Amino acid sequence: MSSARTRLVEFPATILAAVLNVLDAPMRAMQRVLGVPRIGWMFVAPNLAILGVFTFLPIVINFYFAFTGGVALYPSERPFTGLENLRTLFDCENFLDPSTCNKDLFWRAIYNTAEFALLQVGLMILFALVTALVLNRKILGRGFFRGVFFYPVLLSPVVVALIWKWVLQREGVLNAFLMGAGSSPVGWLSDASWAFFWCIFVSIWAHMGFYTLILLAGLQAIPADLYEAAAMDGATPWRRFYRITLPLLMPNLIVVLVLGLIRAVQIFDEVFVLTGGGPGSATTFIVQFIYQTGFAEAIHQYGLAAAASLVLAASLLVLTLAQLRLTRRNLAGRTGRDNA
Amino acid sequence: MPSLTTLLTATRGRNRLDWTDWLSYAYLLLGLILMFGPVLWLVLSSFKSAAALNEFPPRLLPYGQRSVTVAGQDNPLPLYRAKLADGTMRELAEVRRIGIQSTLVDPKAPDQEFKVNIRDRAPVREFQVAFGNYTEIFEKFSFGTYLWNSVFITVVATLITLLFNAMAAFALSKYRFRGRDAVFLIIISTLMIPPTIILVPNFLVVSELGLLNSLWGVIWPAVATPTGVFLLRQYMLTIPDELIEAARMDHASEWRIFWRIILPLSAPALAVLAIFSVMWRWNDFLWPLIVLSRTEKFTLQLALNAFQGELTTQWHYLLAMTVITLLPITFVFSFLQRHITTGIAASGVK
Repeated sequence: MSSARTRLVEFPATILAAVLNVLDAPMRAMQRVLGVPRIGWMFVAPNLAILGVFTFLPIVINFYFAFTGGVALYPSERPFTGLENLRTLFDCENFLDPSTCNKDLFWRAIYNTAEFALLQVGLMILFALVTALVLNRKILGRGFFRGVFFYPVLLSPVVVALIWKWVLQREGVLNAFLMGAGSSPVGWLSDASWAFFWCIFVSIWAHMGFYTLILLAGLQAIPADLYEAAAMDGATPWRRFYRITLPLLMPNLIVVLVLGLIRAVQIFDEVFVLTGGGPGSATTFIVQFIYQTGFAEAIHQYGLAAAASLVLAASLLVLTLAQLRLTRRNLAGRTGRDNA
Repeated sequence: MPSLTTLLTATRGRNRLDWTDWLSYAYLLLGLILMFGPVLWLVLSSFKSAAALNEFPPRLLPYGQRSVTVAGQDNPLPLYRAKLADGTMRELAEVRRIGIQSTLVDPKAPDQEFKVNIRDRAPVREFQVAFGNYTEIFEKFSFGTYLWNSVFITVVATLITLLFNAMAAFALSKYRFRGRDAVFLIIISTLMIPPTIILVPNFLVVSELGLLNSLWGVIWPAVATPTGVFLLRQYMLTIPDELIEAARMDHASEWRIFWRIILPLSAPALAVLAIFSVMWRWNDFLWPLIVLSRTEKFTLQLALNAFQGELTTQWHYLLAMTVITLLPITFVFSFLQRHITTGIAASGVK
């Protein structure tokens, strides 16, 4: 048993060792040429090369796509059109009413995404906070329950969507319960409002555990003697929560808020499998608009998709800058209070 | 009776359970049902036959119609409890059905035929586990291919991720070459550039490299993770430089120092990154969806998406595929729960 197990580990390890051994000769030669501190460039080279080709180069090309038209993928075959793509996206009589827009789906996707992000993140932080507060108490099976809330975080978005699709479909178990209770079945995913609700619900279900963990770590970092002192002074539990827990947890709450918003704005996988963006465009979000415009429709409008990516990138930039600003201010506030 | 309640609500070294404790446990119980219930329901359902899945309202456990072999018939026949013309109830096997009339025989005496209206017969059920769902997906669909594609991408991308990220982390934590801090900043700054905003240009790059419909087109763009470099660098900073100095005294090459000393000592951090990487690559969806359009290159996630999108979803197969897809992650989770949760709580990444 144990020998079989060691063989199972040893076999790939020998191959790996052989590969790494082969690399020793060229790296030794490079070391002779470059000298010791500069050999570091050789170690960062593979990572930098990959990032250059698949991240930094695409950022530049994305601008090229956004400012050129046509349906060709190859840059040389694309005519320069300037701001035409962005103008098409922003061609609206009334920005508050998507149906007056040239690209009405884009604006529906934007409004859907904004509504989704605010509701999903707000509710998720509320539930994550309550869960973290409960898990922070002296309760039996704390590790087990922490695992229970965390488990869906690891599941793939496609699996998450299928789990819930199976529950929510017309002849699913939820409708069976409803009919057992005497009411009529509901088309959970075919009614626009319900479909939107379930997108929020399912994505909270899938991601809440991650945010619960961060908040729980923050709660556990609050010194217990603060609470003891407050109890000694006769502070009510509500007052203790409001005057100790909430202010001290604020840095974590801000991190969770911005991380959650950055993720929520990019929602795609779960919703795409659960509702496909429907019914109609009720659950079409911005990334799905980019995917459809650029890849899924009969005519691939790469320019429009790239222009929509720029809009998404701009909103993510605003969120990231907000995060940097808020965390910096909070750190400053904290060190001020700690007098450290 | 008060003695029993005191016993049940006693806690170690504390006061009795008060109402807030009860509320906490009620909340956790609700959470347990809500978090695990749907997954459990999926797993139970995946063992039901297609006919049992069509039943509404559904049963909790898999039940199927009992069938019997009857002399003179090639295939086993479905068994029914039928109400005969004279009012008696008998368990009979159905030979054929025309319109609303069903022709039944007694399995023990198959010569005599009974004709019954289909409303007067009900299937005889028994506990039946449809393992066939799991074997047929390998026979009827190229499920093995999808599984292999997913495993290949996950394993190869994780190995390359570990090697490349560890190399970069080693240089960034143990050498002082000019431009080092700039390199670190550049790598970390890519944390703010999610793949969703560079889909179109990345598609061009991958297709120019001839990697469309190739598993490598999914692997290469994913291996240089800023998270991994950051995680490993922070860990390697804690490894004392004296070890490296001692190895240099013994004329070890820098590459040898890297993989003989630094890599083994970084094993805990490498393990955390390996878990993350396996999770990321196994669950990837949007990028593979764009790069891999030929069915024989599909990963499990893409295959699941394709099957659920079909006009008539064959749920009995789809459910079995879903269970197989969530199995490895569940397996990893149940063994490494503590490492994963503390790793995430410490680094704040996922």
